[in-house]
Parts: sequence; C-alpha cells; structure tokens
Amino acid sequence: MFFDHFNYWIVVILMMIGLYTVMSRSNLVKKMIGLSLFQISVFLLYISMGKIEGGTAPIVSNAPDVIYSNPLPHVLILTAIVVGVATTALGLALIVRIKEAFGSVDEEEILSNEDNL
Amino acid sequence: MEEFTDIFLMLLLVAGSLAVLYVRNLFVATMLLSAVSFLMALLFVTLDAVDVAFTEAAVGAGISTVLYLGTLALVGSSERPAAKLSVIPLLLALSVGGALIYATFDMPVIGAADTPVQLSNLTKRFVEISPIEIGIPNMVTSVLASYRGFDTFGETTVVFTAAIGVLLILSQKHVRRPEEDEVEQSGLKPAAKDHGQVGSPHDLIPHVVSKVLIPFILLFAFYVQFHGDFGPGGGFQAGVIMAAGFILYSLIFGLHITKKLLPLRVVELFLAFGVLLYGGVGVASMIKGGNFLDYNVLSADPVAGQHLGILLVELGVGITVTAAMLAIFYGFAGRAQGRGKDVN
Repeated sequence: MFFDHFNYWIVVILMMIGLYTVMSRSNLVKKMIGLSLFQISVFLLYISMGKIEGGTAPIVSNAPDVIYSNPLPHVLILTAIVVGVATTALGLALIVRIKEAFGSVDEEEILSNEDNL
Repeated sequence: MEEFTDIFLMLLLVAGSLAVLYVRNLFVATMLLSAVSFLMALLFVTLDAVDVAFTEAAVGAGISTVLYLGTLALVGSSERPAAKLSVIPLLLALSVGGALIYATFDMPVIGAADTPVQLSNLTKRFVEISPIEIGIPNMVTSVLASYRGFDTFGETTVVFTAAIGVLLILSQKHVRRPEEDEVEQSGLKPAAKDHGQVGSPHDLIPHVVSKVLIPFILLFAFYVQFHGDFGPGGGFQAGVIMAAGFILYSLIFGLHITKKLLPLRVVELFLAFGVLLYGGVGVASMIKGGNFLDYNVLSADPVAGQHLGILLVELGVGITVTAAMLAIFYGFAGRAQGRGKDVN
C-alpha cells in the first residue's frame, strides 16, 4: 500500500531539487545541472506509468502468457533524452559565450558588471 | 526483491541529487550528475524500459558529462559561495512539491494493468498488432520508426538544429576582454590550461587500452544500429555510441588528429545527409503513392516495405546523431584549444 505511489514521490522530490537548484544558484552551469535533474525526473515519471507488474520489456518473445510493459512511454522518453542532450549542449554553448562576453558565469556578477558599464 | 532494488535505487537517486545541489565544486557536481544518470538507467532496466536505459547510460552518463566537462574547462569549475539563504525559492519548491505529492494520490497505482495508459487503444495496437503489421520483434523500434515516424523526423531535425546552433555560437571569433588576460596571467584558471593539452603524450595506459577498445566500440555501434529491430537499440543509441568512440579517440590522441581523420566539413555533410535520408524515405513513399513516411508502399510486400523503411530511417537517425554529437564536441573542444597556449 505504502509503495503504491512511491515512484511518483521520488519524481516530485527530484523535480523539486532540480527546480530549487535552478532558482537558488546563481552560477549558470549549476542552473543547467539543475535543469538536467528536472529533466531526468520527468523521464522517470513517464517510464513509471508504462510499467506493468510482472511485465517484461516490450520485445516479442515466444514464451507463453507474456505481459509487455507499454512501449509508447519508452519511445517518447528515448527521443526526449537525445533531444535533451542536444538542447543542453546549446545552453552550455551560450554559457561559454556569456563567459567570454561578460567575464563571468555568475548571474549576480554579470548583473552588477552590467550596472557598472 | 525487485521492489527492494527499486526503492534502494530511488533513495540513492535522491541522495545523489541532494549532493549535486549541495556541492560547490562544479566538477564534482558534474560527476555526481553522471552517477545520478547511471542510477536512473539502472532503474529504467528494472522498469522494463531497456531501450531507454541504454540511451540514458550512453547519453546522460556519457556524452552529456563530456559536454559539461568541456564547458567547465572553458568557464572554470568553482562556484561562488551563496551570499544569502534563498528562502523564497525554498518555500516555492516546497509548496509546489507538496501540491504535486498531493496530486500523486489521484494517480493510478504503479504497475496496475487497468490504468488509462495500459487500456488505451493505441497500446493494444502497438503491443498486439505491431509484431504482425510491422513484422519486427522490438515494439519500441516499430513505434519509434513507423507509427510515430513523423514525430521522430521532427526530433531528428531538433538534434540537427541544435548542432548547427552550437557550431554557430562557438565558431564565432573570440574577442578577448582586457581583464580576462589579467585573470589568466595571475594563474586563477588552471582548468583552462589543463584543457590546452588535450591528449597528453604521457598517458601510456589510456593510449594502449583505447587503441584496443575503439574498434570494438565502433563495431558495437554498428551492432546496436542494425540489431535495433530485434533487441534493444536503434539509431539514437548507435549514433551516440559511435560518436563516443570518436570522442574517446580525440580525448586521448588529440583533437587535431581526429579532425584530420574526420574533418568538420565531412561531419557537417553527414549531419545534413542523415536528415535528408530520413526525409527522402518519406518523399519516396509519397512518390510511390502512399502518405509521407508510409513504408508499406516501398515494396510489393507491406511487411518487407516496413522493414526497408525502418532500416533506412534508423540509418538516417544514426548518421545525424553521430554527426551532431561530434559537431557539438568539436565546437567545445575547438574553443578550448583556441584558448590554450600550448596546443599540441
């Protein structure tokens, strides 16, 4: 009974750790790491929904009476992971450029530098 | 037993994420994030999502760590200590989290077979009819490449666009600010200097081991690519593994040798070729009288047509993902080399 929704709780906890990292840390790389954590938690949410108790991976086998877990969430998340790393790379590239343009990757430092200019 | 493993892994995940949040050294945070990704991949295996686990292990724990490290080499890995306790974000996160946990009680029980997800008509079609209709055992591949082929085409284009974006952003000329030189001269940024020597000539063991390993990594990538119809695997995973082979080579033997082997121009050509191959299969099926990406018309026998279509489309995905990952890596590593003083 207690563990009926356990995966979802972990999803929420991870998501909030990610969200808190994004909001509270002023370092831009740390913010990206927070976003990655957030993203990973969403993956777990989808995969948990596709799971069937006593099921197996959705690859056809000849064994009798096989229950397959739902392949659709797997497809959605598989592509999301690869798209996620591509967008992360784009964000990191922007951070590299910000460092070169402003001399810092710290949000507050960048803002105070801007005020001084 | 399985439940115990799940719960143990998930608690480790939470511990890992808290550590990522807590540590102030970004290098440590990146390595911990990589560990969290790997734990997540293990969890996906126990949740029956083998294809996803495969991708997460290769992408989350592999490539994205390399990208973070490449960024840290350019921007430095120390985080400024927090000046003040951030109360408002904490309260916000706690209240949103509380609301979401309250909402989870409306979710169906995990693992139940009578949830809306499992009872949907789509699920029935994918699980019961796809092995006959598409004719390949791995349902994930048939949904990915055939039923949701249009969606996957979009995702391949996103990867393509992101790679172009990274190349555009990072290939601009670097204008040095005067204070930047001062900082570098005072030796405050050892990370950037270390990165100048990509591929140290002194590391004998990595040299020997990687020379043996790299052919097998590339061979494994081909296996994953072409065996994806029958087991876990497919274009996305194969592309990442293939790129990882080249990135390993570059890290150990130096970027300039890798660029001689596979110039950026060639990588860019492959990047476009993969997307064009995918789109070309769609156009070919339109010319043959079907809908866009309707593989049934590609051959006299619909199932053979599906096989051919999926093979070509996955090949397109594999080529684009390999080229995109390499292009992104070239972008970051090239930027670091341009700055390092002793480029080998």
